Amino acid sequence: MPATTEAGVFDESVLLAKAREGDLAAFNELVSRYSRKIYRLAKHITQNDTDAEDVLQETFMKAFEHLGNFQGQSKFYTWIVRIAVNESLMKLRKRKSDRTVPLDEPLDTGEDTVVREIAVWDDNPEQQYSREELAGILEEAVESLKPAFRTVFVLRDIEELSTEETAEALGISVPAVKSRLLRARLQLREKLTRFFRRKGDDVFAYL
Amino acid sequence: MTSLLTCKEFLQELSEYLDSTVDSELRLKLERHISECPNCFVILDTTQKTIKVYKGMQPQEIPDEVQIRLMKAVERKMAAKAAAKHPGASA
Repeated sequence: MPATTEAGVFDESVLLAKAREGDLAAFNELVSRYSRKIYRLAKHITQNDTDAEDVLQETFMKAFEHLGNFQGQSKFYTWIVRIAVNESLMKLRKRKSDRTVPLDEPLDTGEDTVVREIAVWDDNPEQQYSREELAGILEEAVESLKPAFRTVFVLRDIEELSTEETAEALGISVPAVKSRLLRARLQLREKLTRFFRRKGDDVFAYL
Repeated sequence: MTSLLTCKEFLQELSEYLDSTVDSELRLKLERHISECPNCFVILDTTQKTIKVYKGMQPQEIPDEVQIRLMKAVERKMAAKAAAKHPGASA
């Protein structure tokens, strides 16, 4: 069976309409289109290969199951991201059932916006590292964020969802998304400064 | 004359400034602040680079075996749904 349908290779609404009518090739095309991104998202949130695979499968199973309920008002991708985020958070909660649910942690202490290190970076700092090294540095920095910051950062700045879409996917308010994103960005900036600072520069100021 | 923002006020608005979601009046205030505050200029520049470097990150390929298991699971689900719709056909 071909992986794509003839009429709607690039047109998602056509693919969706066909998939809703039971066209399996059309649904398979949607799966192939988004599986990498969903897997990456699940890995970022769960930080575990087995959980990420479970989330990947569950997401597309549920999408297939509930395709009839998908209204098409939001993008298909946003809709499956929302499913994937829910599944990923359930995994986190299961693993840490004796601890606080990550997204409910009190966050607005203000301490996370304290900037400790200010140093100029190279113009294209990423070019100092190989692709693998760079990926390792970036992944490790994201993994060190608290889940509540991490999920917002991943959705906004890696998956490039809008503020509103992120709020919808996580079931939190728009101001909460904005505040967590600011903190996540500042914390990552701080972590990456260690790798990307221009050589020869020392810390020259504190706020 | 607009009053000069403090560094703390600047930092609170940094994210929105980078996302271009501040109004023109606030934008002017923020730009005036960075023109006079080298530390905040560096924070702005390095935060911008932080976002850029993550945006350029490509998703890695899914391991083949994960992709194969996903497609099989999807096929099973489809077959089960088809069988539920047409119970006679699955016998």
